[in-house]
Amino acid sequence: MNGDGGVSSSKGHEKPLNIQLVGVGGQGVILISNIIGWACVKHGLNILSSEIHGMSQRGGVVHTTVRIGDVYSPIIAKGEADVLLAFEPLEAARAAEVISKKTEIVVSNRPIVPFTVGAWGQKYPPVDEILSALRGISGKVVAFDAEDLAMKAGSKVTTNIVMLGALMGLERLPIPPDIMKGFVAEKVPKKFVDMNLKAFDLGYDATKGA
Amino acid sequence: MFLLGNDAIVRGALEAGVDIATTYPGTPSSEIGNTFHEIAKEAGMYFEFSTNEKVAMEVAAGAAVSGQRALTFFKHVGLNVASDPFITYCTTAIRGGHVVVVADDPSVHSSQNEQDSRYYALLSGAPMIEPVFPQECKDMVKGAFDISEQLSIPVLVRTTTRVNHVSGPVVLGDMRPRKGKVHFDKDPMIWVPVPLVSKMRHPALLEKLKKAQELTENYPYTTVEGPEGRTGLGIITSGASYGYVKEALRGLPYKARIMRIGMVHPMPVKRMAEFMSSVDKLLVVEELEPYMEMWAKIAAKDSDLRLPIHGKDLLPRAWEFSTDIVSDGIIKVMGDKPPQRKSLLDMKLPDRPPTLCAGCPHRATYYACKVATKDEAIYSSDIGCYTLALLPPLKMADIFLCMGSSVGTAAGFAKAQDRPVLGFVGDSTFFHSAIPGLINAVHNKHRFTYVILDNQTTAMTGHQPHPGSSEDGMGDKAPTLDIERVIRGCGVDWVEVVDPFDVKKTIDTIKNAIAHKGIAVVIARRACALLEVAELREKGVKIEKYHVERAKCKKCKRCINMFACPAMYIEPDGTVAINDTLCVGCGVCAQVCTFGTIEKAGGGGK
Repeated sequence: MNGDGGVSSSKGHEKPLNIQLVGVGGQGVILISNIIGWACVKHGLNILSSEIHGMSQRGGVVHTTVRIGDVYSPIIAKGEADVLLAFEPLEAARAAEVISKKTEIVVSNRPIVPFTVGAWGQKYPPVDEILSALRGISGKVVAFDAEDLAMKAGSKVTTNIVMLGALMGLERLPIPPDIMKGFVAEKVPKKFVDMNLKAFDLGYDATKGA
Repeated sequence: MFLLGNDAIVRGALEAGVDIATTYPGTPSSEIGNTFHEIAKEAGMYFEFSTNEKVAMEVAAGAAVSGQRALTFFKHVGLNVASDPFITYCTTAIRGGHVVVVADDPSVHSSQNEQDSRYYALLSGAPMIEPVFPQECKDMVKGAFDISEQLSIPVLVRTTTRVNHVSGPVVLGDMRPRKGKVHFDKDPMIWVPVPLVSKMRHPALLEKLKKAQELTENYPYTTVEGPEGRTGLGIITSGASYGYVKEALRGLPYKARIMRIGMVHPMPVKRMAEFMSSVDKLLVVEELEPYMEMWAKIAAKDSDLRLPIHGKDLLPRAWEFSTDIVSDGIIKVMGDKPPQRKSLLDMKLPDRPPTLCAGCPHRATYYACKVATKDEAIYSSDIGCYTLALLPPLKMADIFLCMGSSVGTAAGFAKAQDRPVLGFVGDSTFFHSAIPGLINAVHNKHRFTYVILDNQTTAMTGHQPHPGSSEDGMGDKAPTLDIERVIRGCGVDWVEVVDPFDVKKTIDTIKNAIAHKGIAVVIARRACALLEVAELREKGVKIEKYHVERAKCKKCKRCINMFACPAMYIEPDGTVAINDTLCVGCGVCAQVCTFGTIEKAGGGGK
């Protein structure tokens, strides 16, 4: 697997595009993988996505996968993620088994410290250490504070849309960013459309050409 | 349409003209009920969240026997609860199709065991089908109604988490009209299985199985693919494993012929034997138990085939599969060595288990119980968010077995040993199946304290209504059952209702309950924090958050060690702080702190 995992179109029998999304309950990870899914189906692309969220609303880990192309299972094999979209740095590290040299990693570097650090005395590794470990594995790691960008857009509830914009900025998805933006505009409440589109653009600019 | 497997199941039932759907919520099947709850009225059909799965099965059975089309769904352990009516039901007959979806949970993402429900098909005789993709969830459920009517027996649809919680494209089909009101033609020789009748119903069931056998041999979702002519390796698989097989073979240098089984009961043994006679060796790829492997061996023996049959000797029997696991199994069966896959990241990471939310009333109740018992008690727990109290530092769940088991095991603990016993049960679980145990405790004079953690919803599975709610499955107003009256009606004399956010009163009440010589019930009542906060936000009420006066904090960590709200953390200097994003202003921590260092932050949240 040498770094050429990208596909410009996922139709036919080309290699699928594998995207792993990770975060913490409440960050809106599942909504983002659903938006990608709806957009893909509307765009005539085959897709399977999977979510694990048994008790995630209670502050647990949320994992979703999106696989586009000729796929039969939503699960991404070890080292086979083309993109890791991590809404939180610790969760990026926890997803290490799906990443390899070819993986492009987008990570929001603002930690959400789990209660186990206080109550169980566990250690949250320094974010810089996590990022440099990820850089040691993957060829491309883009890190920024998505919540900070979301605040600039108008509210931290748009953090997940910042992450979607950042995913699109990588230009790996076979969907033009404007079509995805149109989809975001359709899916969020009317009075928040401008704020969310701004969040999308800020995320897009954070990874475009990075 | 881009649909979740669970939503595709709903669509399949609607296209089949389903008249009635029943459930008790349970992950990974919960979204099926949530969607019916949203659309049932508009669709013109009937939907209910039944009190438990047994009742759900019985309600739907009454309708299907009458001639309506019925859907019942629950998680795997739900079929345990419903198994009593279900197994006898399969010996009777039905006039409308009845499809029963049972959602297994390999790797127990959110369950108490990892049981393989395919054995229920063997036990009951009901046909069982297994979809893989969302499109199949819709189409196979729709078709299952026809099979059920044709054979006059309920049909099981077995899914797993990776089928229920997978989304993909679905092409919609036509809607069949519903049957609406029907006329029930009585026939006690079918539906009143006294021995005289039931003796004759067993041969009748066996006749249906014969017909089902013909059906499975021609079932369109049982398919063979791969190279033509004699092939070295044959793979028999079904469900999510089919996807892993396809993905694994893409990355491997071997050719294999694949037989995907769409109907796993009865198994198409004739077609399997035919398949096996065209390959040199067989690998059965199935999660959990060696069910299909057993049938492959039976089919081979009956047809005098001598090929090697592999399965659980090369693939794990516990936990769900993945492309990597299946790939390793295929490499092994070909006599090669699987690659070593070591983690590229060598870093110790803190865990992030789910936990009771900030502001959760259950956490406040647990704190009060811990203080009242000095933590010298046995905690007989049950199924719900509150089971999360097993984690340190609370460590207040010592046992649970199934829905409603808390009351029975509490009685046993009280008989067997001398420490005080506290049982914990949620409101929905109480209605589900704790009531007979409570009656038993009264009549047999058991002595323990039973705490009802009443947050007025089925929180764990996504806030579905239950008999104590003011709304029903159709979204209509419904009679609200008062738990206190139910408990008094069971014969319990000592009952107290407390607000767990009044910490002192809750502690005193628990102490009094433990001192009572008999069964004492404490109802700790306060709405789920998730709902309460959502309601406050909707009303635009500003939440007043709390903060720690750090200069006054004595670093005793009482709050961290005995209460452990996830919004609280320890600063590097050892003082405690409150994360103001997570704090929902319940104020319980301020009552927990014995030095008065926690107070309202003033000015509300940011």
